[in-house]
Amino acid sequence: MHISNGIIDGPVAAIFAALALAALTFCVLRGRRDLDDRLAPMAGLVAAFIFAVQMLNFPIFTAGVSGHLLGGALAALLVGPWVGALCVAVVLVVQALVFGDGGVAMLGLNITNMALLGTAAAYLLIALLLRVLPRTNAGLAVTAFVSALVSVVVASQGFVLEYWLGGTTDLGGNLAGLAGTMAGVHLLIGIGEGLITATTVVTVAKVRPDLVYALRARKPAAPITPAVPAAGGAR
Amino acid sequence: MGAGHAHVLYRESTSPVHRLPPEVKITAMVLFTVAVVATPREAYWAFGGYALLVAAVAALARVGPRWLLGRALIELPFVLFAFALPFFGTGDRVEVAGLGLSVDGLHGAWNILAKGTLGVLASLLLAATTTTRDLIVGLDRLRCPQVLTQIATFMLRYLDVLVGEARRMRVARVSRGDDPRFLWQLRGFAAGVGALFLRAFERGERVYLAMLSRGYTGRMPAVWQGAGAATAGQWAAAATVPVIAATIAVVAVVLT
Repeated sequence: MHISNGIIDGPVAAIFAALALAALTFCVLRGRRDLDDRLAPMAGLVAAFIFAVQMLNFPIFTAGVSGHLLGGALAALLVGPWVGALCVAVVLVVQALVFGDGGVAMLGLNITNMALLGTAAAYLLIALLLRVLPRTNAGLAVTAFVSALVSVVVASQGFVLEYWLGGTTDLGGNLAGLAGTMAGVHLLIGIGEGLITATTVVTVAKVRPDLVYALRARKPAAPITPAVPAAGGAR
Repeated sequence: MGAGHAHVLYRESTSPVHRLPPEVKITAMVLFTVAVVATPREAYWAFGGYALLVAAVAALARVGPRWLLGRALIELPFVLFAFALPFFGTGDRVEVAGLGLSVDGLHGAWNILAKGTLGVLASLLLAATTTTRDLIVGLDRLRCPQVLTQIATFMLRYLDVLVGEARRMRVARVSRGDDPRFLWQLRGFAAGVGALFLRAFERGERVYLAMLSRGYTGRMPAVWQGAGAATAGQWAAAATVPVIAATIAVVAVVLT
């Protein structure tokens, strides 16, 4: 999913960079309000987790694209959409600057696809499904699975849209083929991502429901586990 | 996060490039990449010029070509897309080794390979000469919002926590009779991924509380920021690379 330098032409990359910058500024403004003592370490850990998980790359030789887990849904569930988008964006920035994953000049495109589109699609679904599904761990698991699956496919279609707007090589009628391959491959990745997201979120929700951002509104009266670990609590 | 938290790509040295302040290097690297991407793909000589520029900086930073090229293989999955283009592109076709390849597709593949590789080499040079700590100080000095540098600091700090917890859990599994081989290690890992996350969080939370009780306010102490902010001379020295690159790009645009 990381777009490397030269795949999309300059003007389109510049437009998306401006778009991503505007959206991230908004996220920074909203995220500042969210980022309290409990969310700050969680945001860091979510970012570290996504960073580690994105290292697993599946090259798909037949299509000539690479795919990997994205983590947008996990971030949206655990730290909310604003900080979540920032977490994914930070991962992408560090990867581009230091590891050369995805071109620096294409950062706007990558942030739009993975941090903005992915997280937004996931959070909309989370908000909807948590309202509709039963308020059990199974309901939460289904929510996490479906939102992760859909967010990955949506992000992959973001690439197709960008390629249609500013791809450096005209694929002609093969654009539909590109869209199909990307969707198919990312459906498979999405299943893996959905399973990991669901396991992680349900485990956290069982032990520390206060840490799951998406569940905050649900049980205002529930006793909150103190954030400070008991003395001598070190393992 | 003092010494000992340098990342795997960092090459310890005291070369002139290592000693440049991080914000200068980040800016130079980003501008260089933008210049490369803005170059028209038919200007083959321009990319040779950029490659020479990268080689010069690598020599100055005492980063060996073997290390650089070996690490650059990381981009392979990302540029695989390039190899499909000559087959799927439209327009004129040429015969190469019995295969009908699209000319436009070949140009596109060259475009992605050249620009992608130069971008990866530039970021590897930044990584080889800058510790993660300096990277965050650099972003902070470049007026990056504090929320972002805070998340980035914790991300880099917690990567170690995450890896450490994963290792401890693996040791715990193995010492209880689990004997994983090759891919089957994944099963045990996948089953414990939720627990791993929780354990890493609780450890990370203690790290965070320890930082708070030592006066952390969301920004790294002034000791980090104060000393060593870039001087005008350092900006000028680092500017040579993007200025040369921009000149090449402008000439290439004018000529083609």
